[in-house]
Amino acid sequence: MTVTEEAPGHVGSRRLRKEDPALLTGEAKFIDDLALPGAIWVGVVRSTEAHAHIVGIDGSAALAIDGVNEVLSGEDLAPLWGEGALPCAWPVTPDMKSPAHLPVARGTAKYVGDAVAVVLADSRYAAADGAAAVVVDYEPLPAVVEIEDAVADGAPLVHADLDSNECYTWGLWGDNAPAIDAAFAEAAHVVSERYLQQRLIPAPMEPRGCAAVPSPAGGELTLYSATQIPHILKVMTAVVLGIGENKLRVVAPSVGGGFGCKLNVYAEEILCSALAMQRGAPVRWTEGRAEAAVSTIQGRGQVQHIELAADADGKVTAVRVKLLADMGAYLQLVTPGVPLLGGFLYHGCYDIPNYMFECTSVFTNRTPTDAYRGAGRPEATYAVERAMDALAESVGVSPEEIRARNFIGADAFPYESAAGLVFDSGDYQAVLDKAVALADVDGRRAEQAQRRASGSSKRIGVGFSSYVEMCGLAPSRVLASLDYGAGGWEAATVRISPTCKVQVVTGSTPHGQGHETCWSMIVADQLGVDPDDVEVLHSDTAVSPTGLDTYGSRSLAVGGTAVYMATEKVIDKARAIAAHQLEASEDDLEFSGGVFRVRGTPDAEVPLAGIAFAAFTAHDLPDGMEPNLEAHVTYDPPNFTFPNGTHIATVEVDTDTGDVDLIDYVAVDDCGVQINPLVVEGQVHGGILQGAAQALYEDAVYNSDGQLVSANLGDYLVPSAAEAPRYRLDSHATPSPTNPMGVKGVGEAGTIAAAPAVINAVVDALRDLGVTDVAMPASPQTVWRAIADAQGGAS
Amino acid sequence: MIPAAFDYEVAESADHAISLLGERGDDAKLLAGGHSLIPMMRYRLATPSVLVDVGRLDELRYIRTGNGTVSIGALTRHSELEHSAALAEACPMLASVAALVGDPAVRHRGTLGGTIAHADPASDLPAAVLALGGTIVAQGSGGSREIAATDFFTGYFESVLADDEMIIEVRVPSGSGGWNYQKFNRRAQDWAIVGVAVAGGGSGVSLVNMGSTPIRASGVEAALAGGASAAEAAAAAADGLEPPDDLNADAEYRSHLARVLTERALNAAGVA
Repeated sequence: MTVTEEAPGHVGSRRLRKEDPALLTGEAKFIDDLALPGAIWVGVVRSTEAHAHIVGIDGSAALAIDGVNEVLSGEDLAPLWGEGALPCAWPVTPDMKSPAHLPVARGTAKYVGDAVAVVLADSRYAAADGAAAVVVDYEPLPAVVEIEDAVADGAPLVHADLDSNECYTWGLWGDNAPAIDAAFAEAAHVVSERYLQQRLIPAPMEPRGCAAVPSPAGGELTLYSATQIPHILKVMTAVVLGIGENKLRVVAPSVGGGFGCKLNVYAEEILCSALAMQRGAPVRWTEGRAEAAVSTIQGRGQVQHIELAADADGKVTAVRVKLLADMGAYLQLVTPGVPLLGGFLYHGCYDIPNYMFECTSVFTNRTPTDAYRGAGRPEATYAVERAMDALAESVGVSPEEIRARNFIGADAFPYESAAGLVFDSGDYQAVLDKAVALADVDGRRAEQAQRRASGSSKRIGVGFSSYVEMCGLAPSRVLASLDYGAGGWEAATVRISPTCKVQVVTGSTPHGQGHETCWSMIVADQLGVDPDDVEVLHSDTAVSPTGLDTYGSRSLAVGGTAVYMATEKVIDKARAIAAHQLEASEDDLEFSGGVFRVRGTPDAEVPLAGIAFAAFTAHDLPDGMEPNLEAHVTYDPPNFTFPNGTHIATVEVDTDTGDVDLIDYVAVDDCGVQINPLVVEGQVHGGILQGAAQALYEDAVYNSDGQLVSANLGDYLVPSAAEAPRYRLDSHATPSPTNPMGVKGVGEAGTIAAAPAVINAVVDALRDLGVTDVAMPASPQTVWRAIADAQGGAS
Repeated sequence: MIPAAFDYEVAESADHAISLLGERGDDAKLLAGGHSLIPMMRYRLATPSVLVDVGRLDELRYIRTGNGTVSIGALTRHSELEHSAALAEACPMLASVAALVGDPAVRHRGTLGGTIAHADPASDLPAAVLALGGTIVAQGSGGSREIAATDFFTGYFESVLADDEMIIEVRVPSGSGGWNYQKFNRRAQDWAIVGVAVAGGGSGVSLVNMGSTPIRASGVEAALAGGASAAEAAAAAADGLEPPDDLNADAEYRSHLARVLTERALNAAGVA
């Protein structure tokens, strides 16, 4: 066998991550690792009531503790921010209600976890002791806990100054309402389903924390925070506190995961910044794990009504969705927009001509919600994929057949959806076919039938989830049309040093994704250098002043594209120098493997290293050319990207106990061109487990008083590696035409796909027992009850 | 997640630990592996004024067999039970149950004496010792005494141990007989939602997390002794019990699980 030797590119290879040695050896520095001698430690006193007047705050016992220096109420702190509120950047409608949101409440506490006072102390331990010793006198008020109760007649008001608990109603149907009504009137099959998206606690490995450090002179402030968004945080902190942006620097040190919950501007960041400026001393706070359950945003929290109209063959003619979404007590940075991110996708990957989406968002006396891995898209995918299975059952065809009859065709791209998006590329049927073969669906079905026939208590179920998501957030003009308060571009700078080492400065902000590795691979291939000769700088506004950070699977499609384009600009400049040196026309030069060559002229070549040094010395550059090899690009994407895939979950359900065992999980994803399949697989593995966690384990349970009952990791069941299924992955790339590398994004795909695949599998396992729905999370007790109810009462 | 302030004393011997307990009164707690106590302290559910660390008393880390009895030092780690060839031979049930406690980190720190003294009705090993008909040897200022496991547990996290007593040794009879342990939980690392331990071919049956203490399933044992089948006996597993309600399971579902798991455990232990 002969092997053709070609210079192998780095892109597409399973290169180990350059981030990992520091993480694995403990060398990486997280927020709580920062040594800040003389810092004031903040302890936050949090409301134990869901809704109550704050009658009095007694700090005397706290002040008696050694090391506790001050106890400050919301009233005491008000001069730091006046009426200034924590920011919400997404007023989705002109009449959206946006209640004033202070870092520390004044007068009324509105959810369990609401900050009502702070303790300033010499150490983290004293701060915790002090916060525990502050006595708050509450006069309880009626609380609104569940979503539907918020809009019931006579519901108590979360905000007494508003006339209802409704935050906004946002719709997407244009003038299509008559056509939708007609579609339902003429339908041979109508599916009408109601699903609950339970609240989830993001629970990244590292909780939040921040430290604000003022300069001894000059009025500058550096804010360190375990955040996904140093750039956005900088702008918002400057605006809220009136600090000049030129005086403010924000640094995200190593950040241990975020999943969206660190895409925010939090009370503690504003509090520490304001106190540091006032006191002229470092002020810091580190979140505790139990504290995080109530003080960091939660995800999901929706009641979904979805209806499908279909003809006799099961071809869907219309989808109609009405959503109730739980904002919690206040609006955080992008709280109101989360349901909208799903609002365009309730038709899933299907060609459905008539589309109606309406979301009413409500306030409740619970921790605010906001973006959590997938942010609106997992919810949309869940609803449509569950409803498609219900339709398959109604029509009497298999789940894969109902999908095949409705997929957007591979020849239909670019495809303009009824919701108004233009899908970039895909071959949904090919993806599904691959998944069906890999999952051995026929074999599983035979086993399922055999077990049913034998009366086995161990039932087999196979569940499908075909998804499409929008990421690569986002074209700035589209964000403008959605009333989002910022753009969606990303910035990059690429510099080549005199010795031909490469410095990449990215506005993307990694917190576990592997940007340093992937950006290095991209640039190394473009320039013909070793990836280890590329450094990637990020997450510090003094080093990377321009950026819009990391969320919504945008880093590669937007930030990576900016890096790619900046590198191309550097190559263009290098080519001009090479042409000058070789006395050739630029058009006659080719560049590969780090060398410029004159086509057809052997030996007429110059390596990039030589050009880098020449650009540095500037002794002999073309007339008028600036020295040095450096380029900056700010890339505003022309469209979203649309990753897609089909996931198939296989479960074994013990009908005696209700226990669900996820015995196999197949995922075939189209995330476009893969830079590093190892990184892609890591994202897909973690994403699937996070989605399966919603399906089977995780639930932020509130009791009727508004107390979070599942507030610790013993009761809030984040699955571990032991619960992970056997993953079997494949891919089917259709390069995105939207960007030059053809990439789409993969950070959320697994989470978006997994929950409906798992629940569809559970329902499939139990369908012959009469079970048509199982609520999330499908705990053993919930499944056992569903079986018992379907069988006509408790066993 | 920051515990309240506490003093810390290192015990040089069991006698030293007992004398420290005597001096510091009922606010003192023994610290062994710490994997139950320290989380409770972090949540401030426990706020002892002093911890007496007995974790370095290596003289209480042993597994001895002979004369029909297995004697295990109180500071023996779960992982040592799990991997002991001698225990696998003499009391395979205890070795097997130890392997199901928590996760590897917990098993490398947690101790047999610690988990029994903690008296958590949801823990695995106390129920196993109960089903095996074990004996707990406790030492206090007044000397040592032997306590039958059936007499040891008195309530939720409560036992007959006096404030100045510590467990020195745990004894179980050699040979587990026909045995099985069914642990039902949602995550591998969790406590049992319900567990069932069967030893001696059904002569000892105990339940995990079905009341305020680890419980002998006396109704099941009596039915079996009266000649009932496994299925008939298992039907009595939850009779007369008041199982807890929590997020994983309400009392009705727990009772159902106890019946299902008892039948499975009996069958696996060779009881038809």
